[in-house]
Amino acid sequence: MLPEIGHFALILALIVAIAQSVVPMVGAVRGDFALMSFGRTSAQVQAVLVAIAFAMLMASFAAADFSVALVANNSSLDQPLAYRLAATWGNHEGSMLLWVLILVIFGAGIGAFGGNLRPSLQARVLSIQAMITVFFLAFALFTSNPFARLFPAPLEGAELNPLLQDPGLVFHPPLLYLGYVGFSVTFSFAVAALLEGRADAAWARWMRPWVLAAWVPLTLGITLGSFWAYYELGWGGWWFWDPVENASLMPWLLGTALLHSAIVTEKRQALAGWTILLAILAFSLSLIGTFLVRSGILTSVHAFAVDPERGVFILGMIIGSTGAALALFAFRAPLLRSGALFSGISREAGLTLNNLFLMAITAVVFLGTFYPVIMEAVSTDKISVGPPYYNLVFVPLSVPLLLLVTVGPMLAWKRDSLSAVAPKLRWLMLAMLVIFAGLTAWLGLAHAASAFGFALAFWLIAGGVMVLIRRWRGPNGFNPRLIRTTPPAVIGMALAHAALGVLIVGISAMSSMAAEKTLVMRPGETVAVGPLTVQFQSLREVRGPNYVALQARFETSRNGGTPETLVSERRLYQNSRNQTTEAGIGVSPFGNSYIAIGESQQGPAGDGLVVRAYWHPLVGWIWFGGLLMALGGAASLADRRYRIGAPSRIPSQPAAPPVAGPVADGVPAE
Amino acid sequence: MKRLLFLLPVLGFIGLIAVFGVGLTKDPSLLPSQLIDRPLPEFALPGIEATPGGGPGFASAALKGEPMLLNIFASWCAACPQEHPVLTDIAAQGVPIYGLAWKDKPEDSRNWLSRWGNPYKAVAADEPGRTAIDLGVTGVPETFVVDKAGRVRFKQIGPITPEDWQLRIKPLLDQLRAEA
Repeated sequence: MLPEIGHFALILALIVAIAQSVVPMVGAVRGDFALMSFGRTSAQVQAVLVAIAFAMLMASFAAADFSVALVANNSSLDQPLAYRLAATWGNHEGSMLLWVLILVIFGAGIGAFGGNLRPSLQARVLSIQAMITVFFLAFALFTSNPFARLFPAPLEGAELNPLLQDPGLVFHPPLLYLGYVGFSVTFSFAVAALLEGRADAAWARWMRPWVLAAWVPLTLGITLGSFWAYYELGWGGWWFWDPVENASLMPWLLGTALLHSAIVTEKRQALAGWTILLAILAFSLSLIGTFLVRSGILTSVHAFAVDPERGVFILGMIIGSTGAALALFAFRAPLLRSGALFSGISREAGLTLNNLFLMAITAVVFLGTFYPVIMEAVSTDKISVGPPYYNLVFVPLSVPLLLLVTVGPMLAWKRDSLSAVAPKLRWLMLAMLVIFAGLTAWLGLAHAASAFGFALAFWLIAGGVMVLIRRWRGPNGFNPRLIRTTPPAVIGMALAHAALGVLIVGISAMSSMAAEKTLVMRPGETVAVGPLTVQFQSLREVRGPNYVALQARFETSRNGGTPETLVSERRLYQNSRNQTTEAGIGVSPFGNSYIAIGESQQGPAGDGLVVRAYWHPLVGWIWFGGLLMALGGAASLADRRYRIGAPSRIPSQPAAPPVAGPVADGVPAE
Repeated sequence: MKRLLFLLPVLGFIGLIAVFGVGLTKDPSLLPSQLIDRPLPEFALPGIEATPGGGPGFASAALKGEPMLLNIFASWCAACPQEHPVLTDIAAQGVPIYGLAWKDKPEDSRNWLSRWGNPYKAVAADEPGRTAIDLGVTGVPETFVVDKAGRVRFKQIGPITPEDWQLRIKPLLDQLRAEA
């Protein structure tokens, strides 16, 4: 019964979405306020309907109703309830439903918080948002129905992939989806701006909080995903340039670019076309990335052939959204009023340069990710692209960008000069060089790259602090009034920039100072790994709720300090015969000791266990940096400038009836 | 000129979609074998009866002179019983089939063959799985079509269905027999 209610709610939601994709748009074209306001109501109705469907699916998982095919395929009775619930989105169909749920929640958000939007713009945004929803609902209903029944119902289900039975799964996908789907809103804003022929300061200001609303969870989601891979997969790394990771990184990179270009559009009415393009591309990459990767065109390639229906549907969806938006862009963007001019050295120029670098990095990641697909289309070779490629191209493009991060906020809008900027950064630059030289001397030439990384990290963190100091200091030293009135957006920017530095500290340390040993060990033996001493203490078998595990205990100490006991497990999940590794990790701010165990092996000196022991210096800083960065974004989102009305810089636009098509707006060119 | 610049994104997108479209039409399950048109890697393996009673396996050098099949199977393989009647049928048509028992205990292979029947001209045991690595075996069952000169001409991944046999492998064997 419950699944049928959910199914029915989904069908109703599809009908409402179809109506919403037409009615407000017609209203916006005709200037009919009644039709326009339909979208606000229908967006809420959609959200409620999809929420009901999602709740029904979750209830089926909670009740372990194996007559629902999805439940039978992804959960079993001995699986803890929390993971049965999380299994709701731990599979293709359920994650599609989660995707749609977040999509309609964002849509309802535009309806609810968009009170200060131009009505015609809001109506168009809601219609476009509904068109995206129609695609996804149709996809869910026609090709991946989560409520499909199974007859006869099995007594026991096949369990969820054990790798996914982890607290990481509970939060990681929803956060990522919040990010991916969040970019649907900016996409809708971009297309609506093209339709209206207006992308002005007000438009950029309305859009920016939505960019942040997508960027913050995406940042958190990627950070959490990296952390999850680190402790759950047992490979002892934090980033693998795997297609699925890249699929989340690309929208993040473009989202970051969008965040910055939207500032230029908001403050100076420049780069409007570019901002629109970025908004379209950020969402498109979310689509292309997730779906082409998920559907297997890249990794296991099988899914597409097995189920060409889904593949063709997805391709159609991408053509329908990205293709249409880019075609619209080609026709309408040239008509947008191009913005104010700025000199080659100015805040705008800095932000433009930032965008170019981010775009280039995205292109490089894109090429690396899709090169195998492209090669396969033109030849018969099967190839894969690995970390050497990314290290080779990513680093040279990132370093100049990171250097720019601290320079950018020091630049004045419109026109600045090197001779005016240089004094502001003179001491910082000197300190950075001293740190670089000092660390190179101390760590040795072999670690020169890491030393440079640490110096770069200092440059970024100090740059963040500088932004605040310059803001807080008046003519007579620090001024409490200036401190109090610092907008959260400025604090957020300083925090996010400094967070990059924290991240770089971790990456630099991990890139050349990590230590690793793989060997066969017997209980009682001791091995030294970097600064660590690892003693294998005991080995035994333990039994969990739905697995049996080989459990090894180790005692580690760093530089002869207090010993710490680490427990490392190799679990066998009986239902699915899947094996997972639970690495033993000793966490400290200075670095992690990390021990993963493998197969037991017979050796000349008796049976032993394959042990991989790592010393990961400062690795925690990587995720802490990601967390801080998201926090910076959240602070910026809290800025009240976004909650108050549109800027009053558009005097010639009173509450006049909206005009369809391109209009020249009244902002005087500066 | 400026308009052309704005057209670039959509043109790039069309190119990309074309690539994906071509990718969709290709059967992704086709894993090209590196061995096509190359001689089989050299091996000499014991037979499955070698352990208790003695009995020959075969060496790669034996696989030439006429077109034949080299079939990789195992007693623990789920799809092999499904393929087995097709192999029996092929063997009955006079095509020599050599069997390679992959990562299988010889006695298990023996039991398996006595249960289902033995379509093979000779069976070799690759218990450690080394030869299978040289052959680039990705799973069981897999089948190589070997020509007169002992070169690999085709590799089937997964069980041979009657359609595979009729439409692909039999015509290929006929053609190989006709070759000088």
